[in-house]
Amino acid sequence: MGMTITEKIMARAAGRTSVKAGELVNANVDMIMCHDVTTPPAISMLREHGVDNVFDPEKIVVTPDHFQPAKDIKSAELHKRLDSWAKEKNLPYYYKLGRAGVCHALLPEQGHIRPGEVIVGGDSHTCTYGAFAAFSTGIGSTDLAAAIATGVLWFKVPASMKFVLNGSLGKGVYSKDVILEVIRRIGTDGALYRAMEFVGPALKEMTMEARMTITNMAIEAGGKNGIVGFDQTTKAYLSGRLKGKTDYTVFESDANAPYVHEDTIDCSKLEPMVAFPHLPSNGKAVGECKGLAMDQAYIGSCTNGRIEDLRIAASILKGRQVKIRTIVVPATPVIWKQAVDEGLAEIFYDAGCVFSAPTCGACLGGFMGILAAGEKCISTTNRNFVGRMGSPKSEVYLASPATAAAAAVEGKLADCRNYL
Amino acid sequence: MAKAHVYKRDHVNTDEIIPARYLNTDDAVELAKHCMEDLDTDFVRKAKPGDVIVCGDDFGCGSSREHAVWAIQGAKVGAVIAHSFARIFYRNCINCGFYPIELPGALDKIRDGDELNIDYKDGTIENKTQKTKIKFMPLPDFALNIVRDGGLLEHIKKQK
Repeated sequence: MGMTITEKIMARAAGRTSVKAGELVNANVDMIMCHDVTTPPAISMLREHGVDNVFDPEKIVVTPDHFQPAKDIKSAELHKRLDSWAKEKNLPYYYKLGRAGVCHALLPEQGHIRPGEVIVGGDSHTCTYGAFAAFSTGIGSTDLAAAIATGVLWFKVPASMKFVLNGSLGKGVYSKDVILEVIRRIGTDGALYRAMEFVGPALKEMTMEARMTITNMAIEAGGKNGIVGFDQTTKAYLSGRLKGKTDYTVFESDANAPYVHEDTIDCSKLEPMVAFPHLPSNGKAVGECKGLAMDQAYIGSCTNGRIEDLRIAASILKGRQVKIRTIVVPATPVIWKQAVDEGLAEIFYDAGCVFSAPTCGACLGGFMGILAAGEKCISTTNRNFVGRMGSPKSEVYLASPATAAAAAVEGKLADCRNYL
Repeated sequence: MAKAHVYKRDHVNTDEIIPARYLNTDDAVELAKHCMEDLDTDFVRKAKPGDVIVCGDDFGCGSSREHAVWAIQGAKVGAVIAHSFARIFYRNCINCGFYPIELPGALDKIRDGDELNIDYKDGTIENKTQKTKIKFMPLPDFALNIVRDGGLLEHIKKQK
């Protein structure tokens, strides 16, 4: 029996020639992502336990993102704790306000994600980095503390599920629609404890940005990691971008690797999707739900706040006026500048949107676009749980940037294909 | 005696256990004031130390925030019993020295307000109200050792 790409990476990190799904392994961690909500408690735990050690400063990236710029006194205190620790440890990859961004957009953009590596982060959407043929998963603060101090964590090797993306995406249909369809099919715990491996011709046609939207939402199906194999698109993205170590190892799944589940999606047949409250698995084709009035549109986050997403939204908003509050949040400072340089910021301004500084902001109900009771928001984010973006009586509808932009123009759920 | 607070729900997520609007602190006492707030605004007032939360599938899905476990521990909840747990939440429980009890069919076996007595060593729940004994699958040894030591960091320290 062969091995999947996930198993091969875990075996390499555990110093083994092979591993099987279900085995417990101690794996060396190659990269750790630290942000402002879950890292300050990890730092406190280490101090309380008299541990002053950072296993390898080169393997830690720090960026405040959730509540940056600090939204209130308490979050300012979190930032202060993060800042003083990063400075004290002389961490070379500490992104301060002005260079800090939404972590899962920032780390790949700044060249910290390498294929074949084991990456952990104190954030559930750390699975995003699997788009780069890496094993990447979210952990809590205690695991984060242990990883920072020792560089080693135990893992149960996950069984793999294979999703074959066939065909080609039609006009107005994007990788966000694909992942919402996958989650609709298997449910929010359909991939619990498992690796979700994405393959197929439609995937091969996608940019790295589009692939990251897919792996980003693996956690919304309960997945331990999402993963995509290496190809020329991966190589081209990484070329000239990697910081520190520039070499990496490429692993690929064997032809006879074991999968506990296989599913095929004909991407040519997909329609733009909207996931209704209060689960990401409540996806409906836009044709079934057009006309439902919205109060706000939110375009941003680690799922869909990259330059490609802003370009798509701008292509619909250009020369049009939004009918509802519309908030556009570039995920990183580089994306912010690109959007300004390319004239997208002006398009957003002209259309009546607010164009914000990079932050996780309202995606998780932090700030910069919180919903009142009874309000509905079409959002390019990843979760539509009760109270996710504000009042427990508000509602979040998940969709692609194109679908969110079309809804902003009409003030209600709309088919983006009419604007493309 | 521990009282069961039963929520006939699947996918009770971390935003319901501790909404992100309170994540600007990591103080367990502060977090505990808002434990389960977006699922049941009365929970903190109703729950007595040692009481038990009972739910369906996929408890703790969503965010990796360990704050969810700290809120539950801070509220002095004795145990969470669920049909199944989301992966990161489950791991966070063990790392914090909190025993997550996986019990398929829990919602059929335990009713709201039932008095429970949990024996972690034997893996049994005595439902005093229903006069039944329910077996659950104990944690694997390595996880049990972490819980017994009071969490992952204490466990690592002890091993050194």
